[in-house]
Amino acid sequence: MSSHRFSQHALSEWMKNEGPEAEIVISSRVRIARNLSHHPFPLLATNQQAKDVMEQLTNVSQSGRLAALGSFETITLSDLTELEKRVLVEKHLISPNLANESRCGAVILSDDESVSIMINEEDHLRIQCLYPGFQIQEAWTLASGIDDIFEEAADYAFDEKRGYLTTCPTNVGTGIRASVMMHLPALVLTNQINRILSAVTQVGLAVRGLYGEGSEALGNLFQVSNQITLGQSEDEIIDNLYGVARQIIEHEKAARSRLLQESKLRIEDRVKRSYGILCHAMIMDSKESAQRLSDVRLGTDLGILQDVTPQMLNELLVMTQPGFLQQAFNEKMSPEQRDYRRAELIRKQLRGETDHGGARI
Amino acid sequence: MYCQECGKKPATLHFTKIINGEKTEFHICEGCAREKGEGIPGTPNSFSIHSLLSGLLDFEQLGAPGMGSMQQQPLRCEECGLTYAQFSKIGRFGCSNCYQAFSEKLDPLLKRVHSGTVHSGKIPKRSGNQIRCRKEIEQLRRDLQTRIEHEEFESAAQLRDQIRELERKMADL
Repeated sequence: MSSHRFSQHALSEWMKNEGPEAEIVISSRVRIARNLSHHPFPLLATNQQAKDVMEQLTNVSQSGRLAALGSFETITLSDLTELEKRVLVEKHLISPNLANESRCGAVILSDDESVSIMINEEDHLRIQCLYPGFQIQEAWTLASGIDDIFEEAADYAFDEKRGYLTTCPTNVGTGIRASVMMHLPALVLTNQINRILSAVTQVGLAVRGLYGEGSEALGNLFQVSNQITLGQSEDEIIDNLYGVARQIIEHEKAARSRLLQESKLRIEDRVKRSYGILCHAMIMDSKESAQRLSDVRLGTDLGILQDVTPQMLNELLVMTQPGFLQQAFNEKMSPEQRDYRRAELIRKQLRGETDHGGARI
Repeated sequence: MYCQECGKKPATLHFTKIINGEKTEFHICEGCAREKGEGIPGTPNSFSIHSLLSGLLDFEQLGAPGMGSMQQQPLRCEECGLTYAQFSKIGRFGCSNCYQAFSEKLDPLLKRVHSGTVHSGKIPKRSGNQIRCRKEIEQLRRDLQTRIEHEEFESAAQLRDQIRELERKMADL
């Protein structure tokens, strides 16, 4: 029933608060991978073994240990429709792996959707914490606290030499993946992005476009994350990511102010042109919408557009995804129909024509 | 825009491959993407980190040819039954014991993927006590050995009692 709630709203509660550096960093995320000892990893577990793991771990959420952190709800994946799963993936609340490949998979979601605890994904337990803006340290602190709660009740697979043991050797050790999602339009416009991204990969971090790769990343959204999980402590990993992200933020800021100084009219034209198209177009594919929404976001950050809030844009980012579109209009659509509906949704959202003030559809 | 593969359905996947600076654009429909099974992000059978890893592992096997005529048992994890050959194909472990079973082969792989091969982060609170205890016992055993070698039997006996005490403590943990 209430899984319905998680798939109905495009904008998670946690996204409604504005975090530090919000004009560049959309969100910060930490994910911790853990496994139980003496249980085969999900890949080789029998159905019964997978079920045992699910019961043991979901019991923790019902035992009240998590209650101090807020209210949580456990959703079994087998209770969701394909479309609901897709929407949860588009909101980054569950991984594609959990949605498509898990046996006896479940997710424990906090009310504001900032905490998502996946069970029987690639590993037995994946704890994910999302924060708005640049709050990677905060995300780690919360995730680590939840990790402690589970450790009280479950025996983790831990080895003195290798650390926390994971299904994939790329996660072993600390088992953490920390990432920041950044909007870097000015670095792309000024052709600096590739130089910066290749420098980033040389210090043990990975960059990928949120939709698309490298400089072709759709919507100029980039996710920077740690690659190394073994041999560095969690604090080193977080500090390293924090330091590098901080530098990228400064570069983006410098590029933005240079753009404003040197080509104000051109930027203003680009922003308003995109805004006009989004407000009036009848057909909008996902590639174009991502690019135009990026222009509008830049315009909002630079004070060129006053009527659009970052919240509206964050909401559109999720709403324009194929799964959410079909959910919103309650019909299965061909790609052409999606492009038509996408345009309609964007027009309504930007021109304030929704019945519910844009908070939901 | 229509799919450049079948030309029938609308292209819904657009992606750009850059290999050695050479840029290729693809515009294909979901069906063709699945068939091609190429490294297309977001498709179910996309090129995964696991296949990359297994590339590294295969390389390892080639680099270390069999030791002459010595017939070796295939390396296998006793707990879950996964063999090293299977592991190197799927790039994933079957259970936590695999790390022990394949231990001798892991250092080169982990070195390539990470900055080191030894964990230096968080230790679980409960089982962590046991680890600390075990470390202490190991140290005491080494001391004990040297005392015996030096025929210092009195202090060796003290150490032996200390070790027993710790072992009892560990059993309670």
